[in-house]
Amino acid sequence: MRQTPTVQSPLTLNEIYAALAECAGDLKIIAGGTDLMVLANAHQLEASNFLDIWRVDELRGISDEGDALRIGALTTYTQLIRAPLIQQFIPALVAASRTIGAVQIQNRGTLGGNIVNASPAGDSLPVLAAYDAALEIGSQRGTRRVAFNEFYTGYRRTVLAADELVIAARVPKVKAGERDFFCKVGTRRAQAISKIVMSAKAQMNAASIASIQIGIGSVAPTVMRATQTEALLVGATLTPDLIEQARQMIANEVTPITDLRSTEHYRRSVTGNVLTKFLRQIIEGAEAR
Amino acid sequence: MAVGKNILRKDGYEKLTGAARYVDDVTLEGMLYGKTIRSRIARGRIKSIAYDAAFDWSQIVIADYRDIPGKNYVALIEDDQPLLAENEIRHYAEPILLIAAANKDLLEAAAHHIHIEYEQWSPVLSIEDALACREIIYGTDNIFKRFLIGRGDVEEGFAQAERIIEGEYRVPHQEQLYIEPQGMIAIPGNEAMTLMGSMQCPYYIHKAIKQLFHLNDEQVVVIQMTTGGGFGGKEEYPSVIAAHAALLAHKAQRPVKLIYDRAEDIAATPKRHPGVIRHRTGVRRDGRMVASEIDLVFDGGAYVTLTPVVLSRGVIHALGPYACDNVRIQARAIATNTPPNGAFRGFGAPQVAFAYEMQMEKIAAELGMDSLELRRINMLREGDTTATGQTLIWSVGSEEVLNEAVERANYQAQRLAFSQSHSSIQTSTTNHVEAHKRRGIGLSFFLHGAGFTGSGEAKMKAQAGIEIMANGHPRVLSGSTEIGQGTRTIFSQIVAEELSLDFSAVEIEEPDTSRVPDSGPTVASRTCMVVGRVVQMAAREVKAKLLHFVAERFAAPEVELREGKFMVAEKALADFQEMACEYVNLFGELRCFAHYASPPEIEWNEETYSGDAYPVYSWGAEVAEVEVDMDTYEVTVVRLTTAQDIGRAIHPLLAAGQIEGGTLQAVGYGLLEELVWDQGRIINNRLTNYIIPTALDAPDMETIIVEKAYPHGPFGAKGVGELPINGAAPAIAAAVFQATGAFLSEIPITPERLQAAIEKVTTDEHR
Repeated sequence: MRQTPTVQSPLTLNEIYAALAECAGDLKIIAGGTDLMVLANAHQLEASNFLDIWRVDELRGISDEGDALRIGALTTYTQLIRAPLIQQFIPALVAASRTIGAVQIQNRGTLGGNIVNASPAGDSLPVLAAYDAALEIGSQRGTRRVAFNEFYTGYRRTVLAADELVIAARVPKVKAGERDFFCKVGTRRAQAISKIVMSAKAQMNAASIASIQIGIGSVAPTVMRATQTEALLVGATLTPDLIEQARQMIANEVTPITDLRSTEHYRRSVTGNVLTKFLRQIIEGAEAR
Repeated sequence: MAVGKNILRKDGYEKLTGAARYVDDVTLEGMLYGKTIRSRIARGRIKSIAYDAAFDWSQIVIADYRDIPGKNYVALIEDDQPLLAENEIRHYAEPILLIAAANKDLLEAAAHHIHIEYEQWSPVLSIEDALACREIIYGTDNIFKRFLIGRGDVEEGFAQAERIIEGEYRVPHQEQLYIEPQGMIAIPGNEAMTLMGSMQCPYYIHKAIKQLFHLNDEQVVVIQMTTGGGFGGKEEYPSVIAAHAALLAHKAQRPVKLIYDRAEDIAATPKRHPGVIRHRTGVRRDGRMVASEIDLVFDGGAYVTLTPVVLSRGVIHALGPYACDNVRIQARAIATNTPPNGAFRGFGAPQVAFAYEMQMEKIAAELGMDSLELRRINMLREGDTTATGQTLIWSVGSEEVLNEAVERANYQAQRLAFSQSHSSIQTSTTNHVEAHKRRGIGLSFFLHGAGFTGSGEAKMKAQAGIEIMANGHPRVLSGSTEIGQGTRTIFSQIVAEELSLDFSAVEIEEPDTSRVPDSGPTVASRTCMVVGRVVQMAAREVKAKLLHFVAERFAAPEVELREGKFMVAEKALADFQEMACEYVNLFGELRCFAHYASPPEIEWNEETYSGDAYPVYSWGAEVAEVEVDMDTYEVTVVRLTTAQDIGRAIHPLLAAGQIEGGTLQAVGYGLLEELVWDQGRIINNRLTNYIIPTALDAPDMETIIVEKAYPHGPFGAKGVGELPINGAAPAIAAAVFQATGAFLSEIPITPERLQAAIEKVTTDEHR
């Protein structure tokens, strides 16, 4: 029989740390609740003691730190969509936020929640992967910084200790002349969970690729970087042949499964096609110039 | 004048302000909450049921099959479906036990302390399995029902044919997905039972509960509450919920509320029948169909329920809106160990519509001719004869709808433009963006029989009435329910028009079996055409009585009723309200009832399944324009243009709403909606994973209403509710065929399925 839920609602970060330190492991952190309430509705939410962090304003806000933006963990998708700093320096994150749920979800759902929920289908995660974001993680023991691409250790597993909280993401700004990209392939146009979600960034040097980062979701146990394909592309001249090689390589690099949303075959081949969408855009952008 | 006007909905204000009360808004004194304990296997038997001794059961009411006072079955066509399983389990989520408690947490807790052990048997989970008869789960051959219809000489027809074209088409389950899940409250009385809840057909429940508890007509009262959509899903199934709630209420002697959450609703309640439909068509080189052989198989699920009636509509519609002199159509409904399939808007017709329209595309492609031209060559027109031998004598808007849809969508020019752009893509290597988005346009053409099939309406003899209230205003007495489609509004308009009153003067009685007669179920596109006609006749009778009364009272033989006034020539004698009041004061009441009688021209032979299958048909044509992303295989429906002949739009805005809603539901059927099964269990039984279209998935729609009046419908009206769900899936598939070259013989056209089809085309080309 389920116990009557308890909820603590601290107002400061220190109170959060104290609560987490006290009953480590037994507290479920709830922010916007857009993932947890779905589980609750399905009678699949095991937890009964909640730490509601929604009122902790220290966890909100977007600040300019020179070559990067610091985004508080409680920043909602709506805030990301509307923030001029994000629009200018991390456009893919605006694009990603617009595809999450619908407006009601965007008003409640938070970037920090998307990160710690650790779903391989989290739509903001490929952006953080491609942008080489870093996470600020705090606890009573102090704060530490972890590269986003080292945060996940397996399916729905992270490096977070039981007393720790993700407090912010630090995302490098897109550089002058750098192209960024976001594409979500969902089950429909809104209120959809991704079948494939990709974000990428590339810097061209004339016809060759100076740098490229590709983050992909829903095709592996965790969000992933396509490092092999990146290695193929870096320094190479962007030709139709290279695009075809990259398409095939990335299709083999990902490790998707067949589930109730899609099939392994579709996910592999469409991952390749989505990458070619980006690479074609780069060529066309260059031709248009 | 009220008919043809877009008046405000009768139920609009209450729904808009939140004042309308749905079943879950009602809490009664001493009420318990009920829950259904269901099977977790698809086939087998119950070995044991154990209740944890440690749990306090004193606060829980438990009912099983032994608590059923009457016979343990759901009263429908056959008596094969138990209300509660006794021993054998025939599908996943089959009801076994009912429990009730004063609060929901206690109820959920109790459910976790019941342990049911099963012996599992090998289930039959597909049409192929059922036909192969490896396991026999119904009768001797797993077949619930067969029909064979036809005319002419098929062998002779094929002998005359210059080409014979075969196709096999597959259509999936579809969930009705009314926004309000199923729910009912049962209130026990002394030798009485009252049911209130979400439903389409109060008299179905009335019958089921009378039978269950051996009660008479007056002892059972069924009241429809505000209902958040039905789409057929609340036709037959609410009888099961009502019976379950009533069993608990009877045992507890307290009111019991039984509401399904979405997951339970999708997992357990009926869906549209999936089917496999094979066509073999003989044509001449000019496209004329000379022989048609069709074999259709529907999956009925574990029990008969309404399957024979669904199959009957399917077989009659299987040839579509086309004429062919030599036809043989075989239809079978088979049993599987899946939850029973049942009523869903369209009722067997959307399945066969996808098949007959894709077959037209296939024939056109194989003959190298335009599919619009092929349709024009073979289409039914007034005076033509259908597969059941029905000669179409009235209200045939087939040419009008086809012409309207094609013209408004600029179909022929667009079709040509897209086919030219595709050939240019194949020769071009530079235009990257173009090559990765392909456009196509496709057409569908369809009909839908309005009202019950065959002699259904003649047997039903739907009743409705009008009574004059103390204030002199008319009130409509009808068992037809408002389920969002506009029953209350159009009935007001029909009566207002007949009595030349303002529509706001007309009141509609609540659908409560103690207050309204049995108008038949609110199904089969029959509410406006059939019951609306009966309401109109009752209004005419009221009018005749009052005219007679006024004529006598004023000694004026030539009285007319105009604009709410009784007139002699241009002189007003009295107004309607005044005379109606006077009549009621004098005679005590003014109530007129009418019942439906089939038009005398209509003849149906139940034995040979031939003749006039429906008194009239509604006609539709639809043009879909799509864009296919060749990287992701996603199909975007850019625009849908549809022309539908519904006889007369009593309320054009509501009619257009029916058409748009039905069309969008069909977009879901064609592109998105699919159940995912695991050993007979539906595993995507949630709104996050059973994918229906959102507002963003809805295309731009243009709706053209064509009005070819039907002489026996109210003001010319015929059915509109179901017609629109027939058209979108095949039109979209035809457009995808033009865009990609991939011919999809199975829906939904998910990106995964389209990818496989495109890859097959590519492989075939390279072979």
